[in-house]
Amino acid sequence: MKADARGVLTGVHFLDGDHACCEGALAAGSRFSAGYPITPSTEVVERFAARVPTVGGTFIQMEDELAASITIQGAVWGGAKAFTVTSGPGFSLMMEHIGYAVMTETPCVFVNVQRGGPSTGLPTLPAQSDMMQVRWGSHGDYEIIALCPNSPQECFDLTIQAFNLSEEYRVPVFVMMDEVVGHMTEKVVIPPADQIEITPRRHTAKPSNDGYLPYEASADLVPEMAFAGEGYNFHVTGITHDVRGYPAATPATQETLVTRLRDKIRNAASRIIKFEAENIEGADVVVVSYGITSRVAQRAIEVARQGGAKVGMFRLITAWPFPEEAIAEIAKKVKAIVVPELNLGQMVREVERAAAGRCRVVSVPHAGGSVHRPELIVEKILEAAR
Amino acid sequence: MAKGTVCIQAERCKACGFCVEFCPTKVLALSSSFNSKGYHPPQMVAPEKCSGCDLCGMYCPDFAIFGYRLDASAEVANEG
Amino acid sequence: MSAVPVNPIEPFLRMDRIPTIWCPGCGIGTSMNSFARAIVESNIDTKNLAIVSGIGCTGRVAGYVKLDSFHTTHGRALPFATGLKLANPKLNVVVYSGDGDLFAIGGNHLIHAARRNMDLKIVCVNNMVYAMTGGQTAPTTPPQSLTSTSPYGTWDPAFNLPQLVEAAGAVYVARWTTFHVRQLAKSMREMFAKKGFCFIEVLSPCPTLYQRRNKLGDGLDTMKAYKAMSKIRNGAPTSETALVRDGEIVVGKFVDRERPDYLGLMNAQMRAQLGDRYVPQEAQP
Repeated sequence: MKADARGVLTGVHFLDGDHACCEGALAAGSRFSAGYPITPSTEVVERFAARVPTVGGTFIQMEDELAASITIQGAVWGGAKAFTVTSGPGFSLMMEHIGYAVMTETPCVFVNVQRGGPSTGLPTLPAQSDMMQVRWGSHGDYEIIALCPNSPQECFDLTIQAFNLSEEYRVPVFVMMDEVVGHMTEKVVIPPADQIEITPRRHTAKPSNDGYLPYEASADLVPEMAFAGEGYNFHVTGITHDVRGYPAATPATQETLVTRLRDKIRNAASRIIKFEAENIEGADVVVVSYGITSRVAQRAIEVARQGGAKVGMFRLITAWPFPEEAIAEIAKKVKAIVVPELNLGQMVREVERAAAGRCRVVSVPHAGGSVHRPELIVEKILEAAR
Repeated sequence: MAKGTVCIQAERCKACGFCVEFCPTKVLALSSSFNSKGYHPPQMVAPEKCSGCDLCGMYCPDFAIFGYRLDASAEVANEG
Repeated sequence: MSAVPVNPIEPFLRMDRIPTIWCPGCGIGTSMNSFARAIVESNIDTKNLAIVSGIGCTGRVAGYVKLDSFHTTHGRALPFATGLKLANPKLNVVVYSGDGDLFAIGGNHLIHAARRNMDLKIVCVNNMVYAMTGGQTAPTTPPQSLTSTSPYGTWDPAFNLPQLVEAAGAVYVARWTTFHVRQLAKSMREMFAKKGFCFIEVLSPCPTLYQRRNKLGDGLDTMKAYKAMSKIRNGAPTSETALVRDGEIVVGKFVDRERPDYLGLMNAQMRAQLGDRYVPQEAQP
């Protein structure tokens, strides 16, 4: 279905990533947000607080991120599309509720504008060091979807995609920004509402008195939802549950449920995964990067190619699920894969795993606080090409 | 003729004793029989004193008992 | 032969899940019984009645009541309920949870929801321990009590729940015990009809853990003790409602006042600032 025009600020704008993200949420149909201030993410909800009362929705600043991360889920079950926004320390507080969203299959969006960590770290400076946390941070076995915008335009576009994916797969979806992308100001084109595709809530077609089972999976392993207030009298719980939604804490139910939650995403990975690849054919070295680092890497690749090196570019748009097949294919053909990231080596581990020793994998770490110098990445590319 | 009576679902009972204790006319006592979980459910030992007030039903944590008034038409039907 | 009537509360329970997991003599089932009766007697629109609970023995109530029900995370029923209510203001949202869930891990959310006067109806079953996990100390456990994490007896002072929620901003505050079934159902009915943050504390036995470890008998003994030691003092100042081990149990309706609720305040402010441009939360997408 098409976007609701009331939430779409059609036009050509000059916005920073945080502001563009807010507009993406509104364009996607989000009419509820709960948040808590934390640098460098706060502008997203500050803008939402100003915009949503004239679009038709609610913002509430909660008392902490623990509250915000579950208030949005209550709103989802009340019928709204909802999101929250945070950075490292707040993200850590949200972990339990990320698990709750996975377990209850509550569609919602979490935006993490990453900053230096660990702990209070560098509140106003960038990092990309929550990439493993977004995948593994909550307890238990589960799958999530994470997107990495590298520009304010992508902050707009990928936030819409995040909402769409969350509704399609009934899973929490993460927009993993970083402080630079969040605070850099660039041109953002917002199209007319009828050019924006929105995925609606997968509401059951069954009437309320006709044996609706809240956790009975459809063919694609995703169950259909209902909202509170429609007479379905359904039960939602974080305990391992059966198709009725009732607690059923047994090994058999656990096996059925947890593997379905995993397969729901894994089986759809090829449809979910998005990446950008250039000059892979004939490359000696491919640079794999994401977020702001991909902008620096782009410059480094340009310089290296101008010098005659055969270098390809591979940019993760979805970091999770990880594009293992694409990386495995690349590893067969190149001498090395170079992975610059604003952390001490996180996504590089996935690259190593997918490459399975078929080529060298070179990490270009950074403790955070600024972006890499392109010269450093050029150096690593040329070394790897030898 | 009693003004009321109770309906006991013995299998649900956990023999907490609330209904026995708080019946205002002491209609109930725990029986010597068992349900399948091994609990002694209540039984009416003085049914003629039952007013159908449903206090037993209000106290029961397990919805194993409730009281109801036998209205005149029901009395006639029962006797018929 | 006339048909045997069905217990009028059964339509409001998930009878396919009875018997409940609660121990013999536990009062949670009795409180839920009162809750179901309050639903019947108030003729409330159950389609728009939702229940949210946290984790613990009392938290299991959400699973047994036949309403849109949400069994959330430990301590976070109130923020979940806040989101539910704000996204669909037509809903009447009840939060049914235990003393540890609402006042220990959930304490921060409790005071803020009350401060905001969020239109939520809270039933807090207070059995003075963390029952589900084996009877650990709670912020409501009286001093000199034995619990599994206080093997030499507690020494912490306990919260006075009615005083705390009144101070935080609740507009309706009552306390009953599971002995006071009629008054409890009545308070619940009053709460359904009242706008704002409403709170009922329900004292309940935990015969397996709190009562047993502290040699206080079983559930029935406790119910008799409630009967003997309760004093109904409607309108009592909440500063005088503290619970003292083996002392008088003050019950009654203590606070029933008017304050604008969160949504009322928000809508009024938005209208004042934005006039016609204000578009309140709409129903489902």
